Amino acid sequence: MRFVDEYRGEADAQAYVRLIRRAVTRPWILMEICGGQTHTFIRSGVDRMLPEAITLVHGPGCPVCVTPLELIDRAIAIAGRPGTILTSFGDMLRVPGSATDLLGVKARGGDVRMVYSPLDAVKLAQKHPEREVVFFAVGFETTAPANAMAVWQAAKLGLPNFSILCSHVLVPPAMEAILGSPANRVQGFLAAGHVCAVMGWMEYEPIAERYRVPIVVTGFEPVDLLQGVYLAVRALEEGRVGVENQYARAVTREGNVAAQRLMREVFEPCDRAWRGIGVIPRSGFRLRPAYAAFDAEKRFDVGAITAQESPLCIAGQVLQGLKKPHECAAFGVQCKPEHPLGAPMVSSEGACAAYYHYARSA
Amino acid sequence: MSDEPPPGLAGLQCPIPLSEYPHVTLAHGGGGRLTHALIERMFLAAFRNPALEPLHDGAVLDLPKGRIAITTDSYVVSPLFFPGGDIGSLAVHGTVNDLAMCGARPLALTAGYVIEEGLAMEDLWRIVHSMAGAAREAGVDIVTGDTKVVDRGKGDGVFINTTGIGFVPEGIHIAPSRARPGDRVLLSGRIAEHGIAIMSVREGLEFGTTLRSDSAALHGLVGGLLHAVGARVHVLRDPTRGGVASATNEIAASAKVGIRLDEAAIPVAEQVRGACEILGLDPLYVANEGKCLAIVAPEAADQALEVLRAHPLGRDAAIVGEVVEDHPGRVFMKSRVGGLRVVDMLSGEQLPRIC
Repeated sequence: MRFVDEYRGEADAQAYVRLIRRAVTRPWILMEICGGQTHTFIRSGVDRMLPEAITLVHGPGCPVCVTPLELIDRAIAIAGRPGTILTSFGDMLRVPGSATDLLGVKARGGDVRMVYSPLDAVKLAQKHPEREVVFFAVGFETTAPANAMAVWQAAKLGLPNFSILCSHVLVPPAMEAILGSPANRVQGFLAAGHVCAVMGWMEYEPIAERYRVPIVVTGFEPVDLLQGVYLAVRALEEGRVGVENQYARAVTREGNVAAQRLMREVFEPCDRAWRGIGVIPRSGFRLRPAYAAFDAEKRFDVGAITAQESPLCIAGQVLQGLKKPHECAAFGVQCKPEHPLGAPMVSSEGACAAYYHYARSA
Repeated sequence: MSDEPPPGLAGLQCPIPLSEYPHVTLAHGGGGRLTHALIERMFLAAFRNPALEPLHDGAVLDLPKGRIAITTDSYVVSPLFFPGGDIGSLAVHGTVNDLAMCGARPLALTAGYVIEEGLAMEDLWRIVHSMAGAAREAGVDIVTGDTKVVDRGKGDGVFINTTGIGFVPEGIHIAPSRARPGDRVLLSGRIAEHGIAIMSVREGLEFGTTLRSDSAALHGLVGGLLHAVGARVHVLRDPTRGGVASATNEIAASAKVGIRLDEAAIPVAEQVRGACEILGLDPLYVANEGKCLAIVAPEAADQALEVLRAHPLGRDAAIVGEVVEDHPGRVFMKSRVGGLRVVDMLSGEQLPRIC
């Protein structure tokens, strides 16, 4: 398959592993931002091909994992209302709320549907004018343009029965929160290629300068990741800071300007709580006042629902790169994909799920 | 495959007068005249054979002396019609394959229909006709059956249960527990085609593809393999729900051995790989309905591969892995880039990712 196989070849992978070995003279700690990258590392096994001097820590880039527990409880409350269709990306359905998950609501008769695109939820709202259709809009800058487009279209169509439960988060404030923490150990970043395909990398330049770190915009295939690691290690060894672009086939410095314009039209920055991490200033999006009619939290009066995390779960530390999944006492014991304590164990981008599925005693 | 209608039928024409009953009603399951008409004119007409003909409470069969395999499976696929098949043909293939995986030659099938009130009579006819065609092609009779109609909203169009019985030849001992370190793992062809074909037509997911389900009866392919390699075939498995990953995990657990797969050797069609990449699915976990995993003694592996490839349903067969002593009960896979990873059992359903 073109544009995939080229980045999965064993010979190329080995060539980059050799380059990395040659470049490394001392230990370095790198963080890959995106959970999709974590999964490629663990699933393809390329993390275990790297020299021991390089430690990978896994970043917060798993939208399902960082969605606050109380927001999931709010989605569950909305899904349980008669006459409501709650739509969501598939990944979100199994994430545990305080008492149940969305699949549990479905099993008890709630109308919970998986969609591939928020625009499908808009279509559902058109098809069922007698019902309230709510889309659970989670994600980073990758899903924000499509979610903005859904709201924009619903506004244009004058759909009174469509709304979104919005929990959008942004990468750069999270990186600053990690770098600014006294416990931080990350020395270089592999930035998420698809986020940068939308946003470009201009907003990463001041971060690289301020915190004196190299940031490499990196793709998602095994060879992409090895090349990203190589570029980051080379910069670290040479004492260079700044942004480099490994993912040139998809990313430009300016990014997708049309998508950015649409996002700004519909959303505005706000403070956001990240599950297990806490509130990070201006780290998310909410609907602008002009689109407030599409805000499910206002429409269904669920804003008062609050929740308490399991004290056993260390998801927050995993998401900040402070601990690895298997360093958690509950990992594989009280916490398994069948009965997860935290979201990283169920999401297909969650670090705990990656370790559980692909790397136990490998 | 012959498209000829069964004797006594006017082609593809539905035998129940559509003007009278365009849809199945509760009365069709009530046991009275309408039930009788439905059975006589639709089921018997399509499935006709000497064992079914008396329409007795059960079928009485003469069986060869020896070991008998028996299996049952319920089919609840949605949508009922999909590229490459429908619930009727699937209900034959699935059960014939379960028999074949026991090393058995299928002898007879049963057909239990649970029909939802309101199913279009024309659709029911298409399904029954397709089931009859699949059974005829597989050379196995449907010897007894049952029809029930449930209230609208209590079914999904139609559910079909088929039970199959088959004859296991002398000297054949197929069981998951028989996998031995050193054995080779063979796959009869390209994986994940059934699951992806179904997904491509599911409401809300429709995507353009020319992909068809691989639904097919495998007893011919397996019969050839057993004839050539005989007792050196240790395990047979059709990787249906849960795909190759679940099937190999079950074998590893049952035989208390490890299994080592080689990702680059596993045949996957380009279209399927593309669909899986886009949807965020792993083809190893996607269902097959016309593929067989065979675990054979190492000295018989090359011959087994040759025999599989000589059959039209095994053209893309490949040796995809090996049974090992290490990590008993677990499956590992060498990835394309040369790393090693666990292939775990699926937890729940495979759900597509967000981005």
